[in-house]
Amino acid sequence: MKPRPTMTERIHVVDGTRFLARPEHRALRVLGVIGLVVLWEALGRAGAVPVLFLPSPLGVLREGWDMLRSGELLVHIGASLQRLAWGFVIGSALGIAVGVAVGFFAVAEAIGTPLIAATFPIPKIALLPLLILWLGLGEPSKIAVIALGVFFPMAINTYAGVRQADPLLIRAAVAFGAGRFSVIRKVVLPSALPMIVAGLRLAAGTALLLLVAAEMIAVESGVGFLVLHAGNIMATTKLMVGIVVLSLLGVLSHWGLGRLERALIPWRAGA
Amino acid sequence: MRVIIDRLAKTYVDRHGAAVEALSDVSLTVESQEFVALLGPSGCGKSTLLNAVAGLLPVSAGEVMFESPPSGRPLTAMVFQEFALFPWRTVQGNVEFGLEELGMAAAERGRRARVLIETTGLAGFEARYPHQLSGGMRQRVGIARALAVDPAALLMDEPFSALDAQTRQLMQEELLALWERTRTTILYVTHNIQEAVYMADRVVVLSRRPGRVLAEIDVPLKRPRTEAMQTEPGYLETVERIWSLIKDQARAALAEQ
Repeated sequence: MKPRPTMTERIHVVDGTRFLARPEHRALRVLGVIGLVVLWEALGRAGAVPVLFLPSPLGVLREGWDMLRSGELLVHIGASLQRLAWGFVIGSALGIAVGVAVGFFAVAEAIGTPLIAATFPIPKIALLPLLILWLGLGEPSKIAVIALGVFFPMAINTYAGVRQADPLLIRAAVAFGAGRFSVIRKVVLPSALPMIVAGLRLAAGTALLLLVAAEMIAVESGVGFLVLHAGNIMATTKLMVGIVVLSLLGVLSHWGLGRLERALIPWRAGA
Repeated sequence: MRVIIDRLAKTYVDRHGAAVEALSDVSLTVESQEFVALLGPSGCGKSTLLNAVAGLLPVSAGEVMFESPPSGRPLTAMVFQEFALFPWRTVQGNVEFGLEELGMAAAERGRRARVLIETTGLAGFEARYPHQLSGGMRQRVGIARALAVDPAALLMDEPFSALDAQTRQLMQEELLALWERTRTTILYVTHNIQEAVYMADRVVVLSRRPGRVLAEIDVPLKRPRTEAMQTEPGYLETVERIWSLIKDQARAALAEQ
Protein backbone atom coordinates (compact mmCIF):
# COMPACT_ATOMS: atom_id res chain seq x y z
CA MET A 1 0.00 0.00 0.00
CA LYS A 2 1.25 3.43 -0.94
CA PRO A 3 1.81 5.92 1.83
CA ARG A 4 -0.94 8.51 2.05
CA PRO A 5 0.05 12.00 0.92
CA THR A 6 0.98 14.15 3.84
CA MET A 7 -0.82 17.17 2.40
CA THR A 8 -4.59 16.91 1.84
CA GLU A 9 -5.72 19.04 -1.04
CA ARG A 10 -7.84 22.01 -0.01
CA ILE A 11 -9.62 24.51 -2.17
CA HIS A 12 -10.18 27.88 -0.56
CA VAL A 13 -13.51 29.51 -1.27
CA VAL A 14 -13.14 33.07 -2.51
CA ASP A 15 -15.82 35.71 -2.70
CA GLY A 16 -16.93 35.69 -6.32
CA THR A 17 -19.06 38.83 -6.03
CA ARG A 18 -16.15 41.20 -5.29
CA PHE A 19 -16.21 42.90 -8.67
CA LEU A 20 -19.86 43.78 -8.05
CA ALA A 21 -19.03 45.95 -5.03
CA ARG A 22 -19.61 49.64 -5.63
CA PRO A 23 -17.69 51.69 -3.06
CA GLU A 24 -18.75 55.30 -2.66
CA HIS A 25 -15.44 57.05 -3.54
CA ARG A 26 -16.38 60.21 -1.64
CA ALA A 27 -13.14 62.00 -2.45
CA LEU A 28 -13.59 61.49 -6.19
CA ARG A 29 -17.02 63.10 -6.07
CA VAL A 30 -15.56 66.34 -4.70
CA LEU A 31 -12.40 66.16 -6.81
CA GLY A 32 -14.37 65.87 -10.04
CA VAL A 33 -16.16 69.17 -9.49
CA ILE A 34 -13.07 70.98 -8.19
CA GLY A 35 -10.97 69.62 -11.04
CA LEU A 36 -13.36 70.97 -13.67
CA VAL A 37 -13.43 74.45 -12.11
CA VAL A 38 -9.63 74.53 -11.75
CA LEU A 39 -9.16 73.42 -15.36
CA TRP A 40 -11.62 76.08 -16.51
CA GLU A 41 -9.78 78.82 -14.56
CA ALA A 42 -6.42 77.61 -15.85
CA LEU A 43 -7.60 77.69 -19.46
CA GLY A 44 -8.69 81.30 -19.01
CA ARG A 45 -5.45 82.38 -17.35
CA ALA A 46 -3.31 80.67 -19.95
CA GLY A 47 -5.14 82.74 -22.55
CA ALA A 48 -6.23 79.60 -24.38
CA VAL A 49 -9.80 80.84 -24.67
CA PRO A 50 -10.77 84.55 -24.98
CA VAL A 51 -12.58 85.81 -21.87
CA LEU A 52 -15.40 87.07 -24.08
CA PHE A 53 -16.35 83.50 -24.96
CA LEU A 54 -15.57 81.80 -21.68
CA PRO A 55 -15.21 84.01 -18.62
CA SER A 56 -13.18 82.55 -15.77
CA PRO A 57 -14.91 81.04 -12.72
CA LEU A 58 -13.43 83.70 -10.45
CA GLY A 59 -14.67 86.41 -12.79
CA VAL A 60 -18.18 84.92 -12.74
CA LEU A 61 -18.05 84.73 -8.95
CA ARG A 62 -16.94 88.38 -8.68
CA GLU A 63 -19.64 89.53 -11.11
CA GLY A 64 -22.26 87.51 -9.23
CA TRP A 65 -21.24 89.11 -5.94
CA ASP A 66 -21.42 92.62 -7.46
CA MET A 67 -24.87 91.91 -8.92
CA LEU A 68 -26.01 90.55 -5.58
CA ARG A 69 -24.83 93.70 -3.76
CA SER A 70 -26.43 96.05 -6.24
CA GLY A 71 -29.70 94.14 -5.81
CA GLU A 72 -29.91 93.41 -9.52
CA LEU A 73 -29.59 89.65 -9.10
CA LEU A 74 -32.22 89.46 -6.37
CA VAL A 75 -34.74 91.29 -8.55
CA HIS A 76 -34.27 88.69 -11.28
CA ILE A 77 -34.32 85.73 -8.91
CA GLY A 78 -37.38 87.10 -7.12
CA ALA A 79 -39.32 87.56 -10.35
CA SER A 80 -38.41 84.05 -11.53
CA LEU A 81 -39.26 82.40 -8.23
CA GLN A 82 -42.63 84.08 -8.17
CA ARG A 83 -43.51 82.77 -11.63
CA LEU A 84 -42.20 79.33 -10.72
CA ALA A 85 -44.17 79.22 -7.48
CA TRP A 86 -47.48 80.21 -9.04
CA GLY A 87 -47.03 77.92 -12.01
CA PHE A 88 -45.99 75.04 -9.77
CA VAL A 89 -48.85 75.44 -7.30
CA ILE A 90 -51.54 75.83 -9.96
CA GLY A 91 -50.14 73.10 -12.22
CA SER A 92 -49.62 70.54 -9.49
CA ALA A 93 -52.95 71.19 -7.75
CA LEU A 94 -54.82 70.71 -11.03
CA GLY A 95 -52.59 67.78 -12.01
CA ILE A 96 -53.16 65.92 -8.74
CA ALA A 97 -56.91 66.56 -8.84
CA VAL A 98 -57.22 65.34 -12.43
CA GLY A 99 -54.89 62.38 -11.78
CA VAL A 100 -56.97 61.21 -8.81
CA ALA A 101 -60.25 61.65 -10.67
CA VAL A 102 -59.04 59.85 -13.78
CA GLY A 103 -57.41 57.12 -11.71
CA PHE A 104 -60.37 56.46 -9.45
CA PHE A 105 -63.58 57.16 -11.36
CA ALA A 106 -64.31 55.07 -14.45
CA VAL A 107 -66.22 57.89 -16.13
CA ALA A 108 -63.38 60.37 -15.62
CA GLU A 109 -60.93 57.75 -16.90
CA ALA A 110 -62.97 57.18 -20.06
CA ILE A 111 -63.12 60.91 -20.77
CA GLY A 112 -59.71 61.92 -19.47
CA THR A 113 -57.20 59.37 -20.76
CA PRO A 114 -57.69 60.03 -24.50
CA LEU A 115 -57.62 63.78 -23.88
CA ILE A 116 -54.39 63.57 -21.90
CA ALA A 117 -52.84 61.19 -24.42
CA ALA A 118 -53.66 63.63 -27.22
CA THR A 119 -52.42 66.80 -25.51
CA PHE A 120 -49.49 65.44 -23.54
CA PRO A 121 -47.05 65.10 -26.49
CA ILE A 122 -47.39 68.79 -27.47
CA PRO A 123 -44.17 70.61 -26.52
CA LYS A 124 -45.49 73.19 -24.10
CA ILE A 125 -43.15 75.89 -25.45
CA ALA A 126 -45.12 75.73 -28.70
CA LEU A 127 -48.18 76.87 -26.77
CA LEU A 128 -46.50 79.98 -25.42
CA PRO A 129 -47.42 82.21 -28.43
CA LEU A 130 -51.01 81.00 -28.16
CA LEU A 131 -51.09 81.67 -24.43
CA ILE A 132 -49.68 85.16 -25.03
CA LEU A 133 -52.44 85.76 -27.56
CA TRP A 134 -55.04 84.67 -25.04
CA LEU A 135 -53.64 86.07 -21.83
CA GLY A 136 -51.51 88.95 -23.03
CA LEU A 137 -47.81 89.63 -22.62
CA GLY A 138 -47.98 89.96 -18.82
CA GLU A 139 -47.42 87.51 -16.01
CA PRO A 140 -50.49 85.27 -16.58
CA SER A 141 -49.16 83.82 -19.84
CA LYS A 142 -45.78 83.04 -18.24
CA ILE A 143 -47.40 81.39 -15.25
CA ALA A 144 -49.84 79.52 -17.50
CA VAL A 145 -47.11 77.92 -19.59
CA ILE A 146 -45.25 76.76 -16.47
CA ALA A 147 -48.50 75.47 -14.96
CA LEU A 148 -49.20 73.54 -18.16
CA GLY A 149 -45.73 72.03 -18.11
CA VAL A 150 -46.20 71.00 -14.46
CA PHE A 151 -49.75 69.76 -14.97
CA PHE A 152 -48.93 66.84 -17.28
CA PRO A 153 -46.23 65.03 -15.30
CA MET A 154 -48.30 65.57 -12.15
CA ALA A 155 -51.53 64.27 -13.68
CA ILE A 156 -49.83 61.28 -15.30
CA ASN A 157 -47.81 60.33 -12.22
CA THR A 158 -50.76 60.78 -9.88
CA TYR A 159 -52.89 58.64 -12.18
CA ALA A 160 -50.25 55.90 -12.20
CA GLY A 161 -49.90 56.14 -8.40
CA VAL A 162 -53.65 55.88 -7.90
CA ARG A 163 -53.85 52.86 -10.20
CA GLN A 164 -51.08 51.20 -8.21
CA ALA A 165 -52.92 51.51 -4.90
CA ASP A 166 -53.07 48.04 -3.33
CA PRO A 167 -56.58 46.60 -3.89
CA LEU A 168 -56.18 44.67 -0.63
CA LEU A 169 -55.82 47.91 1.35
CA ILE A 170 -58.81 49.39 -0.42
CA ARG A 171 -60.84 46.29 0.46
CA ALA A 172 -59.63 46.50 4.05
CA ALA A 173 -60.77 50.12 4.26
CA VAL A 174 -64.17 49.19 2.81
CA ALA A 175 -64.42 46.28 5.25
CA PHE A 176 -64.12 48.84 8.04
CA GLY A 177 -66.89 50.97 6.63
CA ALA A 178 -64.98 53.43 4.44
CA GLY A 179 -66.96 55.05 1.62
CA ARG A 180 -65.63 56.36 -1.67
CA PHE A 181 -64.19 59.64 -0.39
CA SER A 182 -62.75 58.06 2.71
CA VAL A 183 -61.02 55.50 0.48
CA ILE A 184 -59.59 58.27 -1.71
CA ARG A 185 -58.38 60.37 1.21
CA LYS A 186 -57.12 57.60 3.46
CA VAL A 187 -55.91 54.92 1.06
CA VAL A 188 -55.58 56.09 -2.52
CA LEU A 189 -53.84 59.41 -1.88
CA PRO A 190 -51.27 58.08 0.59
CA SER A 191 -50.60 55.16 -1.81
CA ALA A 192 -50.02 57.57 -4.65
CA LEU A 193 -47.85 59.92 -2.62
CA PRO A 194 -44.48 58.42 -3.67
CA MET A 195 -45.50 58.71 -7.33
CA ILE A 196 -46.79 62.24 -6.74
CA VAL A 197 -43.45 63.30 -5.28
CA ALA A 198 -41.66 61.66 -8.22
CA GLY A 199 -43.96 63.71 -10.44
CA LEU A 200 -42.90 66.86 -8.60
CA ARG A 201 -39.27 66.03 -9.40
CA LEU A 202 -40.06 65.61 -13.10
CA ALA A 203 -42.16 68.76 -13.07
CA ALA A 204 -39.38 70.79 -11.44
CA GLY A 205 -37.11 70.20 -14.45
CA THR A 206 -39.85 71.04 -16.95
CA ALA A 207 -40.82 74.14 -14.97
CA LEU A 208 -37.27 75.50 -15.04
CA LEU A 209 -37.02 74.97 -18.78
CA LEU A 210 -40.33 76.68 -19.49
CA LEU A 211 -39.50 79.51 -17.09
CA VAL A 212 -36.38 80.42 -19.05
CA ALA A 213 -38.20 80.15 -22.36
CA ALA A 214 -41.10 82.29 -21.16
CA GLU A 215 -38.76 84.90 -19.74
CA MET A 216 -37.11 85.36 -23.10
CA ILE A 217 -40.27 87.00 -24.46
CA ALA A 218 -41.35 90.50 -23.53
CA VAL A 219 -40.21 90.69 -19.92
CA GLU A 220 -37.87 93.04 -18.09
CA SER A 221 -36.95 90.75 -15.23
CA GLY A 222 -36.19 87.15 -14.41
CA VAL A 223 -33.17 84.92 -14.78
CA GLY A 224 -34.19 83.97 -18.32
CA PHE A 225 -34.31 87.64 -19.26
CA LEU A 226 -30.90 88.15 -17.62
CA VAL A 227 -29.35 85.36 -19.70
CA LEU A 228 -30.88 86.53 -22.98
CA HIS A 229 -30.18 90.23 -22.41
CA ALA A 230 -26.57 89.63 -21.31
CA GLY A 231 -26.06 87.51 -24.41
CA ASN A 232 -27.41 90.24 -26.66
CA ILE A 233 -24.98 92.81 -25.31
CA MET A 234 -22.14 90.26 -25.17
CA ALA A 235 -21.85 90.55 -21.37
CA THR A 236 -20.70 86.94 -21.17
CA THR A 237 -19.82 87.07 -17.47
CA LYS A 238 -23.35 88.19 -16.58
CA LEU A 239 -24.72 85.49 -18.82
CA MET A 240 -22.69 82.91 -16.93
CA VAL A 241 -23.96 84.26 -13.61
CA GLY A 242 -27.49 83.63 -14.88
CA ILE A 243 -26.61 80.08 -15.86
CA VAL A 244 -25.01 79.38 -12.49
CA VAL A 245 -28.12 80.71 -10.75
CA LEU A 246 -30.30 78.40 -12.87
CA SER A 247 -28.10 75.47 -12.00
CA LEU A 248 -28.34 76.37 -8.31
CA LEU A 249 -32.12 76.62 -8.60
CA GLY A 250 -32.15 73.12 -10.06
CA VAL A 251 -29.92 71.69 -7.33
CA LEU A 252 -31.91 73.43 -4.60
CA SER A 253 -35.26 72.21 -5.87
CA HIS A 254 -33.90 68.67 -6.08
CA TRP A 255 -32.64 68.88 -2.52
CA GLY A 256 -35.85 70.49 -1.27
CA LEU A 257 -38.00 67.82 -2.90
CA GLY A 258 -35.84 65.15 -1.30
CA ARG A 259 -36.52 66.72 2.09
CA LEU A 260 -40.22 66.98 1.26
CA GLU A 261 -40.28 63.32 0.29
CA ARG A 262 -38.82 62.23 3.62
CA ALA A 263 -41.25 64.46 5.50
CA LEU A 264 -44.32 63.32 3.54
CA ILE A 265 -43.50 59.63 3.39
CA PRO A 266 -42.07 58.73 6.81
CA TRP A 267 -43.27 55.12 6.51
CA ARG A 268 -40.81 54.61 3.68
CA ALA A 269 -37.80 55.55 5.80
CA GLY A 270 -35.55 52.53 6.02
CA ALA A 271 -38.22 50.26 4.60
CA MET B 1 -76.62 37.72 16.12
CA ARG B 2 -76.80 34.77 13.73
CA VAL B 3 -75.04 34.79 10.39
CA ILE B 4 -77.11 32.98 7.78
CA ILE B 5 -75.54 32.05 4.47
CA ASP B 6 -78.31 30.95 2.16
CA ARG B 7 -77.63 28.99 -1.04
CA LEU B 8 -74.73 31.24 -1.93
CA ALA B 9 -73.06 30.87 -5.31
CA LYS B 10 -70.24 32.82 -6.88
CA THR B 11 -69.03 32.58 -10.45
CA TYR B 12 -66.39 34.92 -11.73
CA VAL B 13 -64.76 35.43 -15.08
CA ASP B 14 -61.01 34.81 -15.14
CA ARG B 15 -58.39 36.64 -17.21
CA HIS B 16 -58.98 34.42 -20.24
CA GLY B 17 -62.69 35.14 -20.22
CA ALA B 18 -63.63 31.71 -18.89
CA ALA B 19 -66.30 31.40 -16.20
CA VAL B 20 -64.97 29.93 -12.96
CA GLU B 21 -67.41 28.61 -10.39
CA ALA B 22 -65.87 29.40 -7.02
CA LEU B 23 -68.81 28.60 -4.76
CA SER B 24 -71.85 26.53 -5.48
CA ASP B 25 -74.98 26.45 -3.34
CA VAL B 26 -73.35 27.00 0.05
CA SER B 27 -75.71 27.19 3.01
CA LEU B 28 -74.45 27.65 6.52
CA THR B 29 -75.54 29.21 9.79
CA VAL B 30 -73.21 30.59 12.41
CA GLU B 31 -74.83 30.90 15.82
CA SER B 32 -74.28 33.77 18.20
CA GLN B 33 -71.01 33.45 20.16
CA GLU B 34 -69.98 30.47 18.09
CA PHE B 35 -66.46 29.91 16.80
CA VAL B 36 -66.78 28.32 13.37
CA ALA B 37 -63.85 27.27 11.22
CA LEU B 38 -64.19 27.15 7.45
CA LEU B 39 -61.79 24.54 6.22
CA GLY B 40 -60.88 23.40 2.75
CA PRO B 41 -58.07 22.73 0.31
CA SER B 42 -56.47 25.66 -1.50
CA GLY B 43 -58.71 27.18 -4.15
CA CYS B 44 -61.95 25.95 -2.58
CA GLY B 45 -63.45 29.41 -2.36
CA LYS B 46 -63.34 29.72 1.42
CA SER B 47 -61.88 33.23 1.24
CA THR B 48 -64.50 34.10 -1.38
CA LEU B 49 -67.17 32.97 1.06
CA LEU B 50 -65.72 35.11 3.83
CA ASN B 51 -65.50 38.14 1.54
CA ALA B 52 -69.13 37.62 0.58
CA VAL B 53 -70.09 37.70 4.26
CA ALA B 54 -68.09 40.92 4.68
CA GLY B 55 -69.91 42.47 1.72
CA LEU B 56 -66.71 42.83 -0.26
CA LEU B 57 -67.84 41.26 -3.51
CA PRO B 58 -70.90 40.77 -5.67
CA VAL B 59 -72.45 37.30 -5.32
CA SER B 60 -73.96 35.39 -8.24
CA ALA B 61 -76.85 33.78 -6.38
CA GLY B 62 -78.17 33.36 -2.88
CA GLU B 63 -77.47 35.79 -0.05
CA VAL B 64 -75.97 36.46 3.32
CA MET B 65 -78.21 37.63 6.14
CA PHE B 66 -77.66 38.79 9.71
CA GLU B 67 -80.44 37.79 12.07
CA SER B 68 -81.23 40.04 15.06
CA PRO B 69 -78.29 42.37 14.50
CA PRO B 70 -77.15 44.44 17.49
CA SER B 71 -77.78 48.16 17.32
CA GLY B 72 -74.91 50.61 17.34
CA ARG B 73 -72.24 48.03 16.51
CA PRO B 74 -70.82 47.14 13.11
CA LEU B 75 -71.99 43.75 11.88
CA THR B 76 -68.57 42.47 10.87
CA ALA B 77 -64.89 43.29 11.01
CA MET B 78 -62.16 41.45 9.15
CA VAL B 79 -58.67 40.18 9.87
CA PHE B 80 -56.66 39.54 6.72
CA GLN B 81 -54.08 36.88 5.91
CA GLU B 82 -51.65 39.48 4.55
CA PHE B 83 -52.49 41.77 7.49
CA ALA B 84 -53.59 44.62 5.15
CA LEU B 85 -52.32 47.29 7.54
CA PHE B 86 -52.03 50.82 6.23
CA PRO B 87 -48.27 51.38 5.88
CA TRP B 88 -48.64 55.16 6.32
CA ARG B 89 -50.38 54.80 9.66
CA THR B 90 -48.76 54.00 12.96
CA VAL B 91 -50.02 51.15 15.11
CA GLN B 92 -52.29 53.62 16.90
CA GLY B 93 -53.53 55.04 13.59
CA ASN B 94 -54.26 51.59 12.19
CA VAL B 95 -56.20 50.51 15.27
CA GLU B 96 -58.22 53.73 15.13
CA PHE B 97 -59.13 53.35 11.45
CA GLY B 98 -62.45 51.56 11.88
CA LEU B 99 -63.41 53.87 14.75
CA GLU B 100 -62.84 56.88 12.49
CA GLU B 101 -65.21 55.43 9.94
CA LEU B 102 -67.77 54.93 12.69
CA GLY B 103 -67.54 58.66 13.34
CA MET B 104 -66.17 58.36 16.87
CA ALA B 105 -64.65 61.52 18.41
CA ALA B 106 -60.85 61.69 18.46
CA ALA B 107 -60.42 61.50 22.23
CA GLU B 108 -62.79 58.54 22.55
CA ARG B 109 -61.06 56.86 19.63
CA GLY B 110 -57.66 57.23 21.23
CA ARG B 111 -58.92 55.80 24.49
CA ARG B 112 -60.61 52.83 22.83
CA ALA B 113 -57.58 52.10 20.65
CA ARG B 114 -55.26 52.17 23.66
CA VAL B 115 -57.41 49.57 25.42
CA LEU B 116 -57.15 47.23 22.43
CA ILE B 117 -53.43 47.91 22.01
CA GLU B 118 -53.02 46.92 25.64
CA THR B 119 -55.09 43.71 25.30
CA THR B 120 -53.29 42.56 22.18
CA GLY B 121 -49.85 43.04 23.73
CA LEU B 122 -48.88 46.01 21.59
CA ALA B 123 -48.26 48.49 24.42
CA GLY B 124 -45.13 50.52 23.74
CA PHE B 125 -45.44 50.08 19.98
CA GLU B 126 -48.16 52.71 19.41
CA ALA B 127 -45.94 55.04 17.38
CA ARG B 128 -44.33 52.34 15.20
CA TYR B 129 -45.12 51.89 11.55
CA PRO B 130 -46.09 48.41 10.30
CA HIS B 131 -42.79 47.92 8.47
CA GLN B 132 -41.01 48.26 11.80
CA LEU B 133 -42.90 45.28 13.28
CA SER B 134 -42.49 41.52 13.01
CA GLY B 135 -45.18 39.44 11.31
CA GLY B 136 -46.72 38.37 14.61
CA MET B 137 -46.87 41.95 15.87
CA ARG B 138 -48.42 43.08 12.60
CA GLN B 139 -51.21 40.57 12.90
CA ARG B 140 -51.80 41.68 16.49
CA VAL B 141 -52.42 45.12 15.00
CA GLY B 142 -54.80 43.53 12.49
CA ILE B 143 -56.70 41.84 15.31
CA ALA B 144 -56.72 44.98 17.47
CA ARG B 145 -58.05 47.01 14.53
CA ALA B 146 -60.89 44.52 14.05
CA LEU B 147 -61.78 44.14 17.74
CA ALA B 148 -61.64 47.91 18.31
CA VAL B 149 -64.94 48.41 16.47
CA ASP B 150 -66.56 45.70 18.61
CA PRO B 151 -68.10 43.81 15.68
CA ALA B 152 -71.04 41.45 16.08
CA ALA B 153 -69.08 38.89 14.08
CA LEU B 154 -65.33 38.68 13.57
CA LEU B 155 -64.23 37.39 10.17
CA MET B 156 -60.72 35.95 10.02
CA ASP B 157 -59.14 34.97 6.71
CA GLU B 158 -56.25 32.59 7.45
CA PRO B 159 -54.98 35.12 9.96
CA PHE B 160 -51.91 33.18 11.05
CA SER B 161 -50.91 31.32 7.89
CA ALA B 162 -48.30 33.93 6.93
CA LEU B 163 -46.54 33.47 10.28
CA ASP B 164 -43.82 31.01 11.22
CA ALA B 165 -44.91 27.88 13.10
CA GLN B 166 -43.86 29.02 16.60
CA THR B 167 -45.45 32.45 16.25
CA ARG B 168 -48.60 30.85 14.87
CA GLN B 169 -48.88 28.58 17.92
CA LEU B 170 -48.50 31.53 20.30
CA MET B 171 -50.98 33.65 18.39
CA GLN B 172 -53.52 30.83 18.47
CA GLU B 173 -53.22 30.70 22.26
CA GLU B 174 -53.64 34.47 22.47
CA LEU B 175 -56.68 34.49 20.24
CA LEU B 176 -58.30 31.70 22.24
CA ALA B 177 -57.65 33.56 25.49
CA LEU B 178 -59.08 36.74 23.97
CA TRP B 179 -62.11 34.88 22.70
CA GLU B 180 -62.76 33.33 26.14
CA ARG B 181 -63.19 36.88 27.44
CA THR B 182 -65.23 38.40 24.62
CA ARG B 183 -67.03 35.42 23.06
CA THR B 184 -67.39 37.34 19.81
CA THR B 185 -68.90 35.25 17.04
CA ILE B 186 -66.00 34.17 14.83
CA LEU B 187 -65.92 32.83 11.30
CA TYR B 188 -62.39 31.57 10.83
CA VAL B 189 -61.00 30.50 7.45
CA THR B 190 -58.07 28.11 7.48
CA HIS B 191 -56.52 25.30 5.47
CA ASN B 192 -54.95 23.82 8.58
CA ILE B 193 -56.99 20.93 10.06
CA GLN B 194 -55.19 20.93 13.43
CA GLU B 195 -55.75 24.64 13.79
CA ALA B 196 -59.44 24.35 12.87
CA VAL B 197 -60.09 21.55 15.38
CA TYR B 198 -58.05 23.17 18.14
CA MET B 199 -59.74 26.56 17.87
CA ALA B 200 -63.31 26.05 16.67
CA ASP B 201 -66.58 24.75 18.11
CA ARG B 202 -67.59 23.54 14.70
CA VAL B 203 -65.61 22.86 11.54
CA VAL B 204 -67.31 23.38 8.19
CA VAL B 205 -65.45 21.40 5.54
CA LEU B 206 -65.64 22.74 1.99
CA SER B 207 -64.93 20.76 -1.15
CA ARG B 208 -62.54 21.98 -3.79
CA ARG B 209 -63.78 24.17 -6.61
CA PRO B 210 -66.62 24.73 -6.91
CA GLY B 211 -66.79 24.97 -3.12
CA ARG B 212 -69.69 23.17 -1.47
CA VAL B 213 -70.23 22.15 2.13
CA LEU B 214 -68.87 18.60 2.43
CA ALA B 215 -69.53 18.18 6.13
CA GLU B 216 -70.11 20.09 9.35
CA ILE B 217 -68.27 18.55 12.24
CA ASP B 218 -68.72 19.45 15.90
CA VAL B 219 -65.48 19.49 17.87
CA PRO B 220 -65.83 17.36 21.02
CA LEU B 221 -63.41 19.45 23.10
CA LYS B 222 -64.24 21.49 26.18
CA ARG B 223 -63.56 25.18 26.72
CA PRO B 224 -61.19 26.71 27.56
CA ARG B 225 -58.92 24.89 25.15
CA THR B 226 -55.43 24.01 26.29
CA GLU B 227 -52.39 22.83 24.39
CA ALA B 228 -52.62 19.49 26.20
CA MET B 229 -55.91 18.76 24.41
CA GLN B 230 -53.93 18.27 21.21
CA THR B 231 -53.07 14.77 22.47
CA GLU B 232 -56.61 13.82 23.52
CA PRO B 233 -58.37 11.07 21.56
CA GLY B 234 -61.30 13.39 20.75
CA TYR B 235 -58.96 15.87 19.09
CA LEU B 236 -56.94 13.24 17.22
CA GLU B 237 -60.03 11.41 15.98
CA THR B 238 -61.63 14.61 14.71
CA VAL B 239 -58.45 15.62 12.88
CA GLU B 240 -58.22 12.13 11.37
CA ARG B 241 -61.85 12.18 10.33
CA ILE B 242 -61.55 15.51 8.57
CA TRP B 243 -58.29 14.49 6.90
CA SER B 244 -59.88 11.36 5.47
CA LEU B 245 -62.71 13.56 4.18
CA ILE B 246 -60.50 15.93 2.25
CA LYS B 247 -57.47 13.79 1.42
CA ASP B 248 -58.68 12.98 -2.08
CA GLN B 249 -59.70 16.57 -2.63
CA ALA B 250 -56.30 17.83 -1.57
CA ARG B 251 -54.54 15.29 -3.79
CA ALA B 252 -56.61 16.37 -6.77
CA ALA B 253 -55.85 20.03 -6.04
CA LEU B 254 -52.14 19.21 -5.88
CA ALA B 255 -52.21 17.49 -9.26
CA GLU B 256 -53.99 20.46 -10.75
CA GLN B 257 -51.29 23.00 -9.90
